[in-house]
Amino acid sequence: MKLIAEQIVKRFGTHLILRNINFEVRSGSSLVITGANGSGKTTLVKILSNLIAPTRGRVIYQNEKGSIPRDHMYRFIGLVGPYLQLYQELTAQENLVFFARMREVSDYKNRIAFLMERLGLKGREKDPVKAYSSGMQQRLKYVCALLHEPEILFIDEPRSNLDQQGVDTVYEILSEQKKDKILVVATNDSEDLRLADQIIKVGN
Amino acid sequence: MLSKLWKAILFVGIALVFTGAFLWSSLKEGLGDFTRVLYFHVPVAWITVVFFFMAAYYSYRYLRTKDILFDAYAKISNELGILFAIMATITGSIWAKVIWHSFWNWDPRETSIFILLLIYGAYFSLRSAIEQEDRRARLAAVYSLLAFVTVPFFIFIVPRIYFSLHPDPVINPQGKINLDVRQRIIFFSSLFFQTILFLWIFNVRKTQVKLQMYLREYKETKLLEEK
Amino acid sequence: MKQTWLIFVKDIQQEFKTRYAINAILLFAVVTLSAVSFAIGTFTAGSQVLSALFWVILFFSSMSGLSHIFIREEESQTADTLKLVASPMHIYLGKFLFNLILLFALEIILVPLFIAVMNFKLGNFPLFLLTLFIGSFGMAGGGTMVAAIISKASSKGALFTVLAFPIILPVMITGISATKKATETTPIASAQNELQALFAFGVIIITASILLFDYVWNE
Repeated sequence: MKLIAEQIVKRFGTHLILRNINFEVRSGSSLVITGANGSGKTTLVKILSNLIAPTRGRVIYQNEKGSIPRDHMYRFIGLVGPYLQLYQELTAQENLVFFARMREVSDYKNRIAFLMERLGLKGREKDPVKAYSSGMQQRLKYVCALLHEPEILFIDEPRSNLDQQGVDTVYEILSEQKKDKILVVATNDSEDLRLADQIIKVGN
Repeated sequence: MLSKLWKAILFVGIALVFTGAFLWSSLKEGLGDFTRVLYFHVPVAWITVVFFFMAAYYSYRYLRTKDILFDAYAKISNELGILFAIMATITGSIWAKVIWHSFWNWDPRETSIFILLLIYGAYFSLRSAIEQEDRRARLAAVYSLLAFVTVPFFIFIVPRIYFSLHPDPVINPQGKINLDVRQRIIFFSSLFFQTILFLWIFNVRKTQVKLQMYLREYKETKLLEEK
Repeated sequence: MKQTWLIFVKDIQQEFKTRYAINAILLFAVVTLSAVSFAIGTFTAGSQVLSALFWVILFFSSMSGLSHIFIREEESQTADTLKLVASPMHIYLGKFLFNLILLFALEIILVPLFIAVMNFKLGNFPLFLLTLFIGSFGMAGGGTMVAAIISKASSKGALFTVLAFPIILPVMITGISATKKATETTPIASAQNELQALFAFGVIIITASILLFDYVWNE
């Protein structure tokens, strides 16, 4: 699996956010996107995960069979970010079952139980998401993004709201991901740079 | 040179149409002087419909190519469309007052032009509610096409359900034109010259937005090169 | 089809916990109905006027609830989450199904109330029900699409009615005409034109929406 960015430009109105971003990431490696606040990290992550379209240039996902059509890209993506929310009124379990079945995860019950335990949320499945603290919600987002063992995992601000123990678990998961799949992290924290095989700096 | 010639022809043509409509035209029985509305009302209504089709066409092109220029064309088609729709409504309303003794009585044709006005209004309120340029272009184009899909219902189905007093359109199912020779000459030259006029207005606006886009693109490329 | 169903079930689950759309839509219907009934009295209006009033109440009540389905996703920032797990067509169909059920629920409450309060006499009840049933598809189809459009705009509430009105108007015009016929004891075949038009409108608007929804949903 390869993730390729070709000459990506993004403009909002008259404001040019991204200028000519080029790179290539292969399975078994990782990319870290850094830059100051407002430099366009999140915009780049959204473009790479196909949530928004670039003004110019393109994003290509490629596997052995060739490049993947835009409509199917979503199947390969797991994404954790502050702008991706879960359904607050529903319980954690209802959320996860919905996303797992949408993703056609076979044996989703065991997968959910496994991930909930791993992120230390076991026993809280029946609580509605709005009763979760922000740190726990962040953990739940990881569970949700990992359900289908995505080929490409995007993490925007991996540490936000997490305690030390949470950060450790997340680090473990991320290093597993980059062993044989693709990991893309957008961060400000210099600590996170040690996850990187490649670094892209956006903004001036 | 050629465009100058066209402008001269257009000027003379429109002047002749006006003179002919007011001085030369024969009058219909029962309508008297009000026959003359025909020469202005029908072409204007026809152009309104053409603009509506053009807006849908450019919206479609925009969605296909994502070229912001087509969005601008769709927008000016709608702007001019709203102008002509208002003129068609006013001229039609004058006619209705004389013939049916009321400015407005929800005849199916009045209803359809009113709905066209509503759609134009909705289109522009949608545009003004979205700030981001590409999003605005996309959603406006989708709305234009969605509205376009409903138009056949107003043209074909509503008149079948409700009885209309409106005279048959010039091109009617029987293929008859109920006009004498003089009326025909004035009517068709009016239709012709007004269509030319409309194409000309549209072209001027088109050139204008095209230049704006070039300017912006130029600035953008310069900005990219600076880096 | 499974994805459509899952999205529909998810929306029903959410609706059961908040009851926002159903409350808004039913309360609006009851309030308008009582205002109208109070203003014109029970025996004064003829069946012609009542047929039109019924559709006006139905239209504006549905306007207060049909847009909620997409605004909810946008405001709780779950639209992107949903985008990452489903293809646009299934999202549209799931939401359409939800709005259709919502409309049916509204009609189940509104029809008996309207008949009782306004003394509305129907000569051909099956024709009336058939008109409502077929008309609901067009209303839900157009309403869902416009809801998706305005959920991305800034002033959502007011805009929805303005944009939806011209789109849904064919349903209203033909619906009123068929309902007028249903107030007399005429056979169903007498409203054949109207029923065909309603059916055709439903098919066309839903097809167009499915084709266009991609462009609304994907940035």
